[in-house]
Amino acid sequence: MTLSTGADEPSCYSLYVNEWFCGDYYVDRKQELIDATIDHLTITALAVLLGLAMALPLALLARRFPRMEATVLGVCTGIYTLPSLALFPLLVPFTGLTRTTVVLGLALYSLTILVRNMVEGLRAVPDDVIEAATGLGYSRSKLLWRVELPLALPPIMAGLRIATVSTVALTTVGALVSYGGLGNLLFTGVDGDFRAQVMAASLICVAIALVLDLLLLVVQRLATPWSRGVRG
Amino acid sequence: MKLVIDTMAWLGDGANWGGSGGLWHLMLQQLLLTFTALGIAVVVGLPVALWLGHLGRGGFLAINVAGVGRAVPTFAVLALLVMWEPVGTDHLGPYGRAGLATLIALAAFALPPIITNAYVGVDEVPRDVRDAADGMGMSGWQKFTRVELPLALPLIAAGVRLALVQVWATATIAALVAGPGLGNVITAGFYNGDYPKGLGGAVVVAVVALILEVSAAMVQRSLQNARPDTRGDAPRDTEGGNHAGTTAGRGGVDGDVTDGSIGLRG
Repeated sequence: MTLSTGADEPSCYSLYVNEWFCGDYYVDRKQELIDATIDHLTITALAVLLGLAMALPLALLARRFPRMEATVLGVCTGIYTLPSLALFPLLVPFTGLTRTTVVLGLALYSLTILVRNMVEGLRAVPDDVIEAATGLGYSRSKLLWRVELPLALPPIMAGLRIATVSTVALTTVGALVSYGGLGNLLFTGVDGDFRAQVMAASLICVAIALVLDLLLLVVQRLATPWSRGVRG
Repeated sequence: MKLVIDTMAWLGDGANWGGSGGLWHLMLQQLLLTFTALGIAVVVGLPVALWLGHLGRGGFLAINVAGVGRAVPTFAVLALLVMWEPVGTDHLGPYGRAGLATLIALAAFALPPIITNAYVGVDEVPRDVRDAADGMGMSGWQKFTRVELPLALPLIAAGVRLALVQVWATATIAALVAGPGLGNVITAGFYNGDYPKGLGGAVVVAVVALILEVSAAMVQRSLQNARPDTRGDAPRDTEGGNHAGTTAGRGGVDGDVTDGSIGLRG
């Protein structure tokens, strides 16, 4: 793979050669790729954080009022049923053609996964542990933050990993309203028959998803040292 | 909120529904695509997954296929397929423009939930039930068709249901890469600044998605109820009808609670 090409020689990503893999492309369009990646990461991070912020109160609500549980989970599942290409337009009347539309839509998707895992995780906390903490004089909020949430952390983190990986992939669809991170490159790439760009954006997307998944796994292991060695 | 009113007006206009390229035509096209792709995925994926589950092998692969599928954007796969010459954007009969590329992508994304659920369903048939079947002198094939398959049916159905909703969503995205179907109404509306049209298309896509999910849930429940003799024999989550297909509770607080139980989202 030659990195420097003469003025006459078409580069491997020119429309005439149009190779899928092209070193020149990564060199020449480095800044564009970096910008799109940062954009992608920002949208993903904001969406997952917003999802988390919305999921916790909903999960607590579902636990506090068992009758609410079916409703909360049902509404979440209903939202999850909607195709992303339909959900983003449905948010446009409220948020316009902005990044907020994409972030909110993605947050709603991650909500489904997060709420379910939080409810499951909190339910799995053994009763005798809660009784013991109550016996020690723990207040309700202290019980939640010091005992229940830490014990529910493994399923919550598992949900967070699924939500994050899905969100990275789904962010691309935000290209519909021009806020799709690497999805914008996919879109213009297909439009202009630019193979190197489509391949690059796809590969970076998958790489981001895998790296974030691994990163969250490490965080989970560090945050729950007690579960190490008990189960793989 | 003028946009909402305009969208209602757009949806109320019969001219937008009829004819070639109308909503009915595109809806039928997308339903045809969805069910063809689902059929291909069932024919290809189900036998392999059931067989692996019967042997109790390849579990790592069968369970992790969902995770891998989740990391790959449907948009990227559609884009790569459309730009790949052998598949391309050619018309494929009633499937429309880029029909083949779309079909391949849809079938590929329908595979993970089908494979994972079918494998887990068969694999989780309790050991003592299998032992009893062996003790009765059943052959491997008899054990599979008379014991494992009936017990795994609710989970298999849940997997197909997840796949159906997933495929419908992915089929919509196909419009981003010049594919067929209802997504075209959404993209055309957005790119031309005709937002009532884009929003109207989104409403139709969303309504059909909900109808598909509810009908699939009803079919799944009737399958579950059709075999009262097998219910309760296997330790599985029978709430499958309430959630988007719950894979049997795989362990408690071991971090795997819903891994693989939530479909991919396109």
